Amino acid sequence: MLKTFPKGGIHPPENKLTSGQPIRRMGIPKTVYVPIAQHIGIPAEIIVERKDKVTIGQVIARSGGYVSSNIHAPVAGTVTKLDMIVDTSGYKKQCIVIRTDEKDPANAEVPEWPLKSEITLSPEEILQRISDYGIVGLGGATFPAHVKLHIKKDQHLDCLIVNGVECEPYLTADHRLMLEKTDEILVGIRILMHALGVGRAIIGIENNKRDAIERFRERCPKGSGIQIAALQVKYPQGGEKQLVRALLGREVPKNGLPLDVGVVVHNVGTIFAIYQAVQHNRPLMERVVTVTGKHLQAPSNFWARIGTPIADLLEAVGGVPEATRKIVSGGPMMGKALKSTDVPVTKGTSGILVIGEEEASRGEPRNCIRCGECVSVCPMGLEPHLLMNLTEKGMYSHASNEDILTCIECGSCSYVCPSHRPLLDYIRFGKSVVKGLTPKTA
Amino acid sequence: MDSILNSVILLTLLGVVAGLVLYVVSKKFHVHENPLIAQVEELLPGANCAGCGSPGCRSFAEKLVGSEDISDLFCPVGGNEVMKWVSEALGKEVAEKDPTVAVVRCQGSCEVRPKTSEYQGPRSCAISALIYSGETDCQYGCLGDGDCVAACSFDAMYMDEATGLPVVITDKCTSCGMCVTACPRDIIEMRPKNKRDLKVYVGCLNEEKGGLAKKACSVACIGCSKCIDACPKDAITIENNLAYIDPEYCTLCRKCVPVCPTHSIIETNFPPRKVKVAPAPDTAGSVTVKPQSDA
Amino acid sequence: MESQPIIVSASPHVHSDRTSKRLMYDVVIALIPAFLVSVYVFGIPALITTTTAVVSCLLFEYLIQKYLMKTETTLGDGSALITGILLAFNLPAGLPVWMVIAGSLVAIGIAKWSFGGLGFNVFNPALVGRVFLLISFPVQMTLWPMAAEGVGPNVDAVAGATTLGILKEGLQFGETMSTLAPRIPSGMDMLLGFTSGSLGEMSALALLAGGGYLLARRVISWHIPVVVLATMALMTGIFWAVDPEHYANPLIHLLSGGAILGAFYMATDLVTSPVTRKGMVVFAIGIGVLTVVIRLFGSYPEGISFAILIMNAFVPLINRYFKPRRFGSRIKAKIV
Repeated sequence: MLKTFPKGGIHPPENKLTSGQPIRRMGIPKTVYVPIAQHIGIPAEIIVERKDKVTIGQVIARSGGYVSSNIHAPVAGTVTKLDMIVDTSGYKKQCIVIRTDEKDPANAEVPEWPLKSEITLSPEEILQRISDYGIVGLGGATFPAHVKLHIKKDQHLDCLIVNGVECEPYLTADHRLMLEKTDEILVGIRILMHALGVGRAIIGIENNKRDAIERFRERCPKGSGIQIAALQVKYPQGGEKQLVRALLGREVPKNGLPLDVGVVVHNVGTIFAIYQAVQHNRPLMERVVTVTGKHLQAPSNFWARIGTPIADLLEAVGGVPEATRKIVSGGPMMGKALKSTDVPVTKGTSGILVIGEEEASRGEPRNCIRCGECVSVCPMGLEPHLLMNLTEKGMYSHASNEDILTCIECGSCSYVCPSHRPLLDYIRFGKSVVKGLTPKTA
Repeated sequence: MDSILNSVILLTLLGVVAGLVLYVVSKKFHVHENPLIAQVEELLPGANCAGCGSPGCRSFAEKLVGSEDISDLFCPVGGNEVMKWVSEALGKEVAEKDPTVAVVRCQGSCEVRPKTSEYQGPRSCAISALIYSGETDCQYGCLGDGDCVAACSFDAMYMDEATGLPVVITDKCTSCGMCVTACPRDIIEMRPKNKRDLKVYVGCLNEEKGGLAKKACSVACIGCSKCIDACPKDAITIENNLAYIDPEYCTLCRKCVPVCPTHSIIETNFPPRKVKVAPAPDTAGSVTVKPQSDA
Repeated sequence: MESQPIIVSASPHVHSDRTSKRLMYDVVIALIPAFLVSVYVFGIPALITTTTAVVSCLLFEYLIQKYLMKTETTLGDGSALITGILLAFNLPAGLPVWMVIAGSLVAIGIAKWSFGGLGFNVFNPALVGRVFLLISFPVQMTLWPMAAEGVGPNVDAVAGATTLGILKEGLQFGETMSTLAPRIPSGMDMLLGFTSGSLGEMSALALLAGGGYLLARRVISWHIPVVVLATMALMTGIFWAVDPEHYANPLIHLLSGGAILGAFYMATDLVTSPVTRKGMVVFAIGIGVLTVVIRLFGSYPEGISFAILIMNAFVPLINRYFKPRRFGSRIKAKIV
């Protein structure tokens, strides 16, 4: 019996259309749009001006605080303007527009370096580099990586967990990365183990990626302290708390962090970015993006520069099909629906999902029949139907007492609700009121 | 006979015992309360609208009685009259404020502000605002889901079916400000109320550059500053490509209205102009505050 | 894309194919075998009662939604259909038509819509309808019709009395199990439905088949039916073990009366049962205990309807006290 987390979870159709598609290298776009708020926390501060020439990898926006991250020029070129561009949040945000200099040889360079497995830097230098090179969590949450790696003296840490679960349907970016960059990821894990001073690491991979599990098992050096764990397929196993529970049986306390139970969790994509930063001095300038959808001509995985307009990626898979009614940045469970294809790829863009007519519309919400399905699938042990009702009636303090803030917004409740009730919509709103971000309204 | 007598005695005894218990309890658990609180509460409008910042009239009365200095407390619904009574009852100084009324600063009806996407989800501005900037390309304008109407406890607002925008019924508006809090876009502003309810204000909040604003909505303020030139009192300022008429300096001369190329300045309840100027677009009528006859 | 604007909504962007409509129609499908058995056993009267109940439930639902609530009518969701079928299943075949209609009105009008319609009712509508009729018309409601001519081997033996009725009456008037034994239908007959009783509770086998279908389709979870039946078996088993002459054996109790119908179809009603698994178990134990208590010591021979209704009233309380364990609330740590 493979491991998994015990409470809740769902099994949406996997639809991993692109798991057999090698990652293609997306050409350098003519213009890149680099938002300054690509991570959770304080937006970066722009340090370039209009008409400035920038070289590839140059810092163009500096970290705005501790929980923030540097942003680097993904291409060499000229800053044409500092503009407001719609990003995945659905709002126009400050953004640096760079026109690519097609003559610059740096742009043509394909970053395929030979594996460099020797670790020469000290833990402090490694952490500094991760911080300098703008590494954020690439699993989707985009939490600045250096913050997660900063361990206080009194905190006990005994295990690094590498998240290769990719439980979102459709997405295959991490899967392909694990297949194609196995050795690099293993080196990255060793770098992190070295930096954190832990002797144990576990790579958690869901069992629908047998090939990745096999490859890691083949390549993983004996006695390195790195274990490979196959997990049952169940959404949302990629959630940090669920993954820690599944792999180690430890339960991250309410409102706590994995570090409270001696664990640090990083996504495989982040590990690869860390490998590149530490071993090859390469800041985070590109990422793997799965462009997928049932109607697309050729769903694929891409290496795309940060700031590439999503329209370019869709063009590369044969254009947006006729029947498209919804375009999602991310996976179908937690991704954000986009209003236009002008939105650029950011550090958090793990996939672009194109949804056709038949699946795009939501069902008409009906009365709650109290079937309790939302309760049984909630991985956090919450009662979504209750939280929705409390929020709808403006009883926010009650909702807070019912632990509304521990919701991880995985969407399992809305997914299963037979009455098509917008449970997560209300819970998300309730959370934002309880946190004081949205004013209370009757 | 016996049974009747028994029950009479029993019931009397029960009554005496229960009375004693009630007496003891009321003495023992007596809570002393300042009688002024009840008195002040009587004076307040009793709408429990929370416009003053307290959850209800009762707690506002407690605050009024309890605080030394009440000059920063104000009941917007009762206005100066009620506050004067309160001042007399408590012998404390109260602030005096000019009466205000809510105005909706967006004219982006369906015709002038085309929809570029379709939102699916709960019809609530606050919820849809969490997800994205709205169905149109204007990320400053009205979302049209009526949170303000829902927040109004005085039936002073309704959604205009034709335009999809909220309308304030001026005579019913008590300026409690709940709609201002409810609106995630801060479209609703409290502006001074005068006898004939004359108002001149910019019906737009779009801070984008002229071209983009105009593209999203044909009646958007494009920040062209023509109104500044027309204003004799320097009441108009432009910040972030958006004009604002400061009611403190505005004399309601209406000179700015005809010069606006996008008709984004709204005038309400003025008599028709004597000199013919460029006809105002139909859409302006949709947002103008309607007289009582609507109610 | 040009003609229709792109849709924006919050995540998740996919939905499972489990809809409430499907759940409801699955219940209807699950009830078909039992219905066929009752039509076979009772003939035309069963058909008339069922049709009347279903049509009148649908009609009342429609009228209330359209003219009283003035909302969109949702007849298609199948909930009124199920109420109608279940109501009919709890009535004796051949009950006067007007009584069936009155029962439907109580079920839909009082039990369902006075609480606010689908999802808001506290009590199972069909059972409220049945209990209303049982209390108002006790004679007609216990006038069990004879099975149709030539069906079943022991038609004469059971005509006019249900297994539980025979037990109750017999044991009350000093008879013992051994003297009653010849009049009690065999286990096989009860399994197949050649006994007497309400329209739908005839064949344990047909009901179990439907119940199995519901479990397989995940419309219901196993907790409520299994725990109800297990509690009943355990309770009656203890009494039977102590005094087999005055208490019937658990098998008779499980196969007779509305035990299976109640456990699989009435107690599992989504709206009126608890939402958590823990709560369901508590709820089911309550039903099991109350049913046995009423059967053995009450004045009614059958008590599952009352037991379910009583436990329905406790559901909000159960929901409040049997919450799922929140992730990360360290119960273990407290013990240590």
